[in-house]
Amino acid sequence: MSTSNCCPPPKEETPCCPSLKEESASCCPPPAATDACCAPENDSAGCCPGVSDDRPGYKLWPFVSAWLDSPVGQIPQVATRLTPTDIVGRWQMRWGLGRSRYTIAPGLYAIGTPSDDSPVLVTANYKMTFDIVRRDMRGHDAWLLVLDTKGINVWCAAGKGTFGTDEIIRQVQRANLQQLVNHRTLIVPQLGAPGVAAHKVHKACGFKVVYGPVRSNDLPQFLRTGLTATPDMRRVRFTIVDRFILTPVELVSMWKYTLWSILALFILGGIGPQVFSFSAAWSRGITAVAVGLLGLFTGAVITPILLPWLPGRAFAMRGAIAGLVIGVIGILVFSASLDWLNSLALLLAVAAVSSWCAMHFTGSSTFTSPSGVEKEMRQAIPAQAAVLLVGGLCWLAAAF
Amino acid sequence: MSSLRYLENIVTLKLDTEKCVGCGMCAVVCPHGVFTIEERKAQVIDRDACIECGACAGNCPVEALSVKAGVGCASAIINGWLTGEEPSCDCGGSC
Ligand code: SF4
Ligand code: SF4
Repeated sequence: MSTSNCCPPPKEETPCCPSLKEESASCCPPPAATDACCAPENDSAGCCPGVSDDRPGYKLWPFVSAWLDSPVGQIPQVATRLTPTDIVGRWQMRWGLGRSRYTIAPGLYAIGTPSDDSPVLVTANYKMTFDIVRRDMRGHDAWLLVLDTKGINVWCAAGKGTFGTDEIIRQVQRANLQQLVNHRTLIVPQLGAPGVAAHKVHKACGFKVVYGPVRSNDLPQFLRTGLTATPDMRRVRFTIVDRFILTPVELVSMWKYTLWSILALFILGGIGPQVFSFSAAWSRGITAVAVGLLGLFTGAVITPILLPWLPGRAFAMRGAIAGLVIGVIGILVFSASLDWLNSLALLLAVAAVSSWCAMHFTGSSTFTSPSGVEKEMRQAIPAQAAVLLVGGLCWLAAAF
Repeated sequence: MSSLRYLENIVTLKLDTEKCVGCGMCAVVCPHGVFTIEERKAQVIDRDACIECGACAGNCPVEALSVKAGVGCASAIINGWLTGEEPSCDCGGSC
């Protein structure tokens, strides 16, 4: 397969292919022909002769290493080595910095130099997912069909249904997949299964859905062994590394609550025998904020990491227990400067805040059921509120 | 990781063994090993491990499975309570 540099990066609406479906029906040659005139997503060679990479309004993604000619037009070939920019982008994403969506154009991409019997992998247009798949497929030839999931990862998009039956059918048709490959198999990540009905995809476009492994680094082995997955490849794990990686996500999602609470604590801290004192607001406020942050850290970082070793099933319970332990340690460390009311306040507040934050980690975990989370919350939230209230009253009383 | 388990006896998963044709799809898609196939019938072997993702029900060709699928995410459920709508997980790529 030859490469060429004549087409712009894939975009939904290119001026000269207004209706992709009609165009592909009217101008696509039989699969054997080499000078295809209509790429599903690029301009056809016929309507932009001799253009260079540059086009007004388009920017070529750095991960496109070349353009492959195929029976259905030119397909961008992607690099399988991640650049520092890709990796920085990933960390920005985890910490919620910069753009909130990290999206690539949906459609067909090539990994290596695939032929008409290379496998077709389906994935989401969340750039992090896309990056991981191309990295894990280094040294292999495959087509990569990227669905429009609005920049959301496979698992979440499947839950919403954007990674789903209809979108697969749409992209298969849009990419002219029937003309590109001589087989009729799509490899769909297993975590996309909640959104996909394999039998409906087959009925609608003739492609059989085979669910691939949960983790893309098992893909090469899955392909080598004739599309069979070991039971382990089918299970979701939740390792200490996974949990650690998710903690920034938790912290970032709490910043709003955190700011308001800090403000409230400073104001409440000023209340005392002199009705309101700014120096007390400052000194007592600071301590209270420190206690709050200790609770936050215990619930959103320590609890997730120690999850399997904490007693209890409900996350709120595990968070509360971690909070109590950390609270007791805090009291022992600062015992010289704490009276009994303040000690009690510290203990209760750390436990309540930690429990609340830990409960929010349910969304990042991989083994909680919605019914379970709802039940847990109905029981835990009143308890957390009560404990926090008592803790807060102790703290206020300690001022007098 | 068997030590990481969630609440018991709360899951809404239902299997209609009468309808099941033993195709094995549910056992393939389930990320938590809830099913096994015995004598051409699906069996639920680890009910409490189910996270109600809905993959099995959606991929069963004969609709032998049902489950109230949704997002197991506290923030989403709070949002659902506040807005009166079904919980939805709109937390970008993070969830
Ligand atoms: S809903 Fe999901 S976790 Fe529960 S049994 Fe079905 S596939 Fe498994
Ligand atoms: S997917 Fe449906 S028919 Fe197939 S084994 Fe499971 S329950 Fe039975």
